[in-house]
Amino acid sequence: MKLPPSWRDILSETGDIFRFSLRFFQQVFKPKFEFREFLRQCYIIGYNTLPLVALTGFIMGLVLTMQLRPTLVYYGVESKLPDMVGIAMIREIGPILTALIFAGKIGSSVGAELGSMKVTEQIDAMEVSGTNPFKYLVVTRVLAATLMLPVLTVLSDFISLYGAYLGVNINGITSFTLFNVKVFDALSISDLIPAFIKTYFFGFAVGIVGCYKGYNSKKGTEGVGRSANSAVVVSSIVIFIIDLIAVQITALLGLN
Amino acid sequence: MNKEAIKSYLNEEVLSETMIRVEHLYKSFGSNKVLIDFNFTLRKGENVAVLGKSGSGKSVFIKCLIGLLRPNSGDIYVFDKNIADLNREKLDLMRVKMGFLFQSNALYDSMTVRENLEFPLRRHWLEKSKEETNAKVMEALTNVGLAHTVDMMPVELSGGMRKRIALARTLILNPKIILYDEPTTGLDPITGREISKLIVEIGKKYNTSSVIISHDMNCIRMTADRIIILIDGYAYAEGTFEELKQSNDNKVKQFFE
Repeated sequence: MKLPPSWRDILSETGDIFRFSLRFFQQVFKPKFEFREFLRQCYIIGYNTLPLVALTGFIMGLVLTMQLRPTLVYYGVESKLPDMVGIAMIREIGPILTALIFAGKIGSSVGAELGSMKVTEQIDAMEVSGTNPFKYLVVTRVLAATLMLPVLTVLSDFISLYGAYLGVNINGITSFTLFNVKVFDALSISDLIPAFIKTYFFGFAVGIVGCYKGYNSKKGTEGVGRSANSAVVVSSIVIFIIDLIAVQITALLGLN
Repeated sequence: MNKEAIKSYLNEEVLSETMIRVEHLYKSFGSNKVLIDFNFTLRKGENVAVLGKSGSGKSVFIKCLIGLLRPNSGDIYVFDKNIADLNREKLDLMRVKMGFLFQSNALYDSMTVRENLEFPLRRHWLEKSKEETNAKVMEALTNVGLAHTVDMMPVELSGGMRKRIALARTLILNPKIILYDEPTTGLDPITGREISKLIVEIGKKYNTSSVIISHDMNCIRMTADRIIILIDGYAYAEGTFEELKQSNDNKVKQFFE
């Protein structure tokens, strides 16, 4: 049986991304490590994404609380609002939302940056300047994305709880201490650890897909736009797939 | 390789009279045969132009010379060393002695002119004191007449200025060979002539040998001591500008009409 061309393209690209990831793991442990560029990328990827992630986290916490309240009031369990928002934000919504925002901002910018470097021969220029462009451009960006997304997610989670606290206080008065006690009482370590670990995989996926798309950009400036666009689309899909796998694994381990 | 070994390699005098020797080069992309049995020699102090139509494989050839592309078969000897036998470290060292001026200039957009010029110095473990580095940067920029642009970003410069800066970046390592990939493409005729003049001046001042890939006849006339016409993947004709201009071969004549 012959697969349709679009399926073959998808499978072929999946294989290429795996090969690209393999090349990353081969290069990451080889000296010399581009520490200066890595720190620069941590700043660009982490610090510059923080305001966006913080804002969306805050709004999400606020909106989720306001949306949940009527249903909980209907069932007479309004007091459970902080518990529910806390679990929902920290276990699922915080990591996935932050990862998707991250994919939109970093996936596209890395894809476009490397894509334009590719089509203007800057990557070749780096190669002839005694630099391994894969180590300098790809390894540093993928590592920075992998390490920065968990940090951003933790910050976003906390900020979303502030949003939720505001949402709780719109229709009533709850002290900040009581709100926090209720949120953290409802959470257990089995909620925190899997949610935190999967963000490393989300970060890696965004970094590797963005770099892959940019590094293999073709067809001039049109190709750069296409790389940036498909970096966001593919990394978003990969994030959902990783999330799906993570849920299955946590269920298998009895952590749900 | 330690720093001393690198320094001694870089200070080694190039004794051979033949800087580049290419034998039976074959390069294809899938079923598209780009170079077929291409032979080439660059002697010390010589400027050789490779002339050919767009898509004839000129850029592929020049990228094979510096190891950016690997040929399917054939040998490329640079300073009498077969580049296929060099590992990454040795290839990087060889590249210090070879400058490459890219068709698109390939200046790093995110860096200032100064950082662009410092980059090859830093990457080839040649970093000197801040004062020495600055002096080298300013010297290279002065040689291309653009010392005042040192703190500007590439995006603030015109096409001709970017080409000169790219040339300054190529010169900063004092290469023995410079490879020019379409040095006047995208420039107006006046700026194109200025760049061609600069190529000749730099060749004399730095005592370099050059390979110039172009289809700009003005540039080739001004810069090349010898011309090789690349047709159908091999060296179809060879000679000086005047010799080839007199040729009765229709395929050669079309370039001079």
